[in-house]
Amino acid sequence: MTTTPRTLAIAATGLRKAYGDKTVLDGIDIHVPVGTVFSLLGPNGAGKTTAVNILSTLISADAGEARVAGHHLTREAQAVRGAIGVTGQFSAVDGLITGEENMLLMADLQHLSRREGRRITAELLERFDLVEAAKKPASTYSGGMKRRLDIAMTLVGNPRIIFLDEPTTGLDPRSRHTMWQIIRELVAGGTTVFLTTQYLDEADQLADRIAVLNGGKLVAEGSAEELKRLIPGGHVRLRFADPVLYERAATALREATRDDEALTLQIPSDGSQRELRAVLDWLDAAGIEADELSVHTPDLDDVFFALTASPVPAQPAN
Amino acid sequence: MSPATYAVRDNLTMLRRNLLHARRYPSLTLNLLLTPVILLLVFVYIFGNVMSAGINGGHADRSQYVAYLLPGILLMTIGGTAIGTAVTVATDMTEGIMARFRTMAISRASVLIGHVVGSVIQIMASLLLVLGVGVAIGFRPNATPLEWLLAIGLLTLVSIAMTWIAVGMGMASPNAEGASNMAMPLMILPFLGSAFVPVHLMPVWFRWFAEYQPFSPAIETLRGLLLGSGIGTRNAVLAVGWCLALSLLGYLWSKAQFNREPRR
Repeated sequence: MTTTPRTLAIAATGLRKAYGDKTVLDGIDIHVPVGTVFSLLGPNGAGKTTAVNILSTLISADAGEARVAGHHLTREAQAVRGAIGVTGQFSAVDGLITGEENMLLMADLQHLSRREGRRITAELLERFDLVEAAKKPASTYSGGMKRRLDIAMTLVGNPRIIFLDEPTTGLDPRSRHTMWQIIRELVAGGTTVFLTTQYLDEADQLADRIAVLNGGKLVAEGSAEELKRLIPGGHVRLRFADPVLYERAATALREATRDDEALTLQIPSDGSQRELRAVLDWLDAAGIEADELSVHTPDLDDVFFALTASPVPAQPAN
Repeated sequence: MSPATYAVRDNLTMLRRNLLHARRYPSLTLNLLLTPVILLLVFVYIFGNVMSAGINGGHADRSQYVAYLLPGILLMTIGGTAIGTAVTVATDMTEGIMARFRTMAISRASVLIGHVVGSVIQIMASLLLVLGVGVAIGFRPNATPLEWLLAIGLLTLVSIAMTWIAVGMGMASPNAEGASNMAMPLMILPFLGSAFVPVHLMPVWFRWFAEYQPFSPAIETLRGLLLGSGIGTRNAVLAVGWCLALSLLGYLWSKAQFNREPRR
């Protein structure tokens, strides 16, 4: 008998899902240690939501095995459901009733006592800045408020593992930062977070580990730093105000890439201190003084585009 | 607490949710109530003499027709309110919160049972209103307490059967409009039975359908109970049989649909 080590909140191998002859997930492995943030990153239609739906027991996989919170995903589905909380892409609130009634509904379904339900509702409404709107129908809420209510409802049962499917899609920058803060607080409290996003800075900001999903396959996995190291693109950029100085520098620095319009030179560099010093020494030796020097490391956008740009091979019909 | 206690609590929670919806947004139920009430008034005050003359061989007495018509109108009220159930269920299934319910450790059946019980309660309230209108315009039932009890039992059984069918229809429909169309026969069927006109006055080729369709035996039995005119064992057995069969069918159909994976 194989058992999952206690330290893994989510352990899935070979998850596969197809609708008709369209393969959505083509055998993916996911391992998420307890208390960490795992981010599934990918463009629209990559299969992120399908992965969340499978791991949250909403749909079943065609193949593969998974344990969530130590429970078998299909054989112990109710136990899995008892350990998880899900906030999907489409707000899972009851628009016809008020925010407070939504919260009390969750408390009842979590089988809390009346008193405990009222206490948690008041506490979460306060924490998510929904006290003023508590008595209004949820359908009248703004996008950001709905999302906050959605997460507040998810938290009523104090789940150990939370799935957040594109939690900030469609939110304004302020609401987005509020959401990030909420997620950080959750993790600080020991919750495991499974996050999908199409925003790279979001994964960069929040996730301990990032997996890039494209065309139903995981094309890369690692920390943000590890992913950035996967692709080249780091450089030092020198900007000049004086065209004459620019010309002189360009002649001296043969390996630099020229941008004559912007009067800037790009020198390949991994951004390490040693390489940077070499560049500076070189400039000093040549008597060149740039008006501005900046160091660029590849960001996740570069990684993302490099990994997902190639067209997905057509799926064989079967 | 045991799983069974939890299941009961989940059912009650879902029932509360549905009653809250009905209380906050009563317009759907009230609109559907309008049809049987208007038909009752029109058929009594405008067509009443003609109808009673036709039924009684020339003798026009619309107060007699009230007594004939009201049991059928009550059954029609059940069918009409069930249309509302189908619409509500169809709408509810497209709501995001349904996905949340599916990922929670709750009794899955509670989602459907909440709808059914809530709906039956709404139907009972509607029946009381329509009966009130009937009494106001001269309906004078002479049922004994036992007959009243049996009448209420029969109406409850029909309500449960119609509601389970309506829940199934609501789940099979992609949206509220589709559900409303699909459930329309629940309101139309009493017309094609003995609600307005005795079956023996209908064209011969149609009588078989009119007599054995689900509503007619229930209408005849209710008439017998409320007016003390005897119920006839065959109608009573047919009525209860239809109710049990339709309840079971509706339940299995709804359950199968609810357990099917959402396609999204």
